[in-house]
Amino acid sequence: MSKFTKKVMSAVTLGAAAFMMAGCSVAKNSGSKGTTQAHDVVKIGANLELSGAAAGYGNAERQGVQLAVDEINKAGGINVNGHKKKIKLILRDNKSAIATSSSVAAQLTTKDKVAAIVGPATTSAGTAEIPNITKAAVPSVSPSATDSKYTLQKDGKVQEYVFRACFQDNFQGTKAAEFVMDKLKAKRVAIYADNSSDYGTGLAKAFQNTYKGKVVANQTYSAGDKDFNAVLTSFKSKNVDAIYVPGYYTEVGLIIKQARQMGIKIPIVGGDGMADPKLPQIAGPKNATNIFYTTPFSTRVAAKDPFASKFMKAFKARYHTDAPAFSALAYDAVYLVKNAIETQKSDDSVKITAGLAKTKNFKGVTGEITIDKKHNPERPIITEEMTNGKISNSYKVD
Amino acid sequence: MQIVLQQIINALSLGSIYALLALGYSMVYGIIKLINFAHGDIYMLGAFCAYYVISLWHFNFIIALLTAMIVSALAGVVIEYFAYRPLRKSPRIAVLITAIGVSFLLENGMSYLVGSNARSFPQVMEQVNYNIGGIVISNIQILILATALILMVLLQVTIKKTKMGRAMRAVSVDPDAAELVGVNVNHTISFTFALGSALAGAGGILIGMYYNQIDPLMGMTPGIKAFVAAVLGGIGSVPGASLGGFLIGILETFFQSIGLSAYKDAVVYFVLIVILLFLPAGIFGKNTKEKV
Repeated sequence: MSKFTKKVMSAVTLGAAAFMMAGCSVAKNSGSKGTTQAHDVVKIGANLELSGAAAGYGNAERQGVQLAVDEINKAGGINVNGHKKKIKLILRDNKSAIATSSSVAAQLTTKDKVAAIVGPATTSAGTAEIPNITKAAVPSVSPSATDSKYTLQKDGKVQEYVFRACFQDNFQGTKAAEFVMDKLKAKRVAIYADNSSDYGTGLAKAFQNTYKGKVVANQTYSAGDKDFNAVLTSFKSKNVDAIYVPGYYTEVGLIIKQARQMGIKIPIVGGDGMADPKLPQIAGPKNATNIFYTTPFSTRVAAKDPFASKFMKAFKARYHTDAPAFSALAYDAVYLVKNAIETQKSDDSVKITAGLAKTKNFKGVTGEITIDKKHNPERPIITEEMTNGKISNSYKVD
Repeated sequence: MQIVLQQIINALSLGSIYALLALGYSMVYGIIKLINFAHGDIYMLGAFCAYYVISLWHFNFIIALLTAMIVSALAGVVIEYFAYRPLRKSPRIAVLITAIGVSFLLENGMSYLVGSNARSFPQVMEQVNYNIGGIVISNIQILILATALILMVLLQVTIKKTKMGRAMRAVSVDPDAAELVGVNVNHTISFTFALGSALAGAGGILIGMYYNQIDPLMGMTPGIKAFVAAVLGGIGSVPGASLGGFLIGILETFFQSIGLSAYKDAVVYFVLIVILLFLPAGIFGKNTKEKV
């Protein structure tokens, strides 16, 4: 290699390194805190898992976000202090990766200067986003980051700019345990949790802490597993009354299928990760009987509620499928931001943050939401029962 | 006792899929000393091919199986032609990295084309459970085992009894010498890829039927486990790969049945480390010394 090429190469390497570091650096502020918006448009960013392992949830949420944004724009836009402004949605893919989520958050806050962010879908990608949005003073509403500690700092203080539209794990696990004890009267349960996500382990832990009966088996699987026969066979000999399976529909669907096929007929109980129309398809409609799950959004309850049924119809008309819970939560996340802008009469990101924190009795498609001191939404939880692949019953739990 | 027998059936069904995948790994390694990391993704392609022909054209099992095998074989040959053949004379590490690249291309390409959602596999036949003395075995489990065993026997016959098989063995021993005696090395290598990929494609449709769920990333973990199976049996050895596949299936099932499900993947990789340390040639592998 000649001297010249060597020099060029090292310059290129240096440049590339500097470029990469620039990508990693966190948002800088000049002067006042937060972002402000142009005269006629409000920019809202979406930092979602559009590819990679969590793409199923990210894409469902993208559909909810786009539906909400188009609806708002069709009605004229957001009313900012008497002046109607259209939303400009900036959609970015974090590839289900922690590092990408962090750089996407930096791009959205410093380059695009969005007023608020919707997303990410998972707790890990969401947590990676926090330093950048906090530096930039831009609030983010995650539709589905359920980890109990997601909205809290290490010392237990609340993360100022972090909000969510979904339940936290402790709450859901506790309610599931109460349901199993009070309604199903199960004395012996087996827990079979997804240990590749904080969601699965969080729910399992909360369930175990609340449940008073005997946990006869405590087993785990990881996302992407397909064969559950061995563990289910071992449950069969242990005389269990119910199985608790905190995890997502992709694996839980298979667990249900394999359990029913080997003749395990007892109730299978899970969390809102199961609330997807694909669950009965994967399990096979006949197998999806005696299935229960806790969820913030019930298509059955929604059908009775005029506001939610309007959403259901619009969703079905646009995407030709029933709205999954993830889409409903993302839809609500956009409206939470809109509500905060309208009550604060400002689209300044710091003001929106204050507005989000003060949200009270907000009417969403997933129920009436009040944001509490820890930035968690307070609202009723529903337990749905599935028979032959259809929701046959729903229990409202306080 | 019933539980033990039941678990053995579970283990054999799982193991036969690993075995089908491991065979492809082993054959390709045997002939061009390449660990084809894209092999697991060929298996995914096979599953998706079966998904489309069954749901669009309502093919029955046998025709869908053959279609999936042919399409996978073609994919294997195309990949070999474009990605590996130009690097035949390059250092082995370059081809290995290319294989990882091909794997990423297939995974993310399919995610882009068909979406990354898991989808349910069309039921090509109704599942029937047979209860034999308290042990439940389904027709699909029997089908998986039977198909896997038939394909393994066919493969063994192809390698041992046909002209092409003899050419494959010759190339795997010494490609230069094989060429000197008139073996077309390129054709032989293409044929090996076709054969290995066809088996992976068959594994794909069987998995689709058994678990009723497929997605573009389904090849990742089974691909790596099948690689472990191939190493365990002795990479390059055909009976070794089959045995290795069944052993990995049994091992995984055993650890889950005794309540250590959290360690089932760890155990498989632990076995890989132990084998590489103490028995690097595997169970059936020939321990050949390099001649100077």
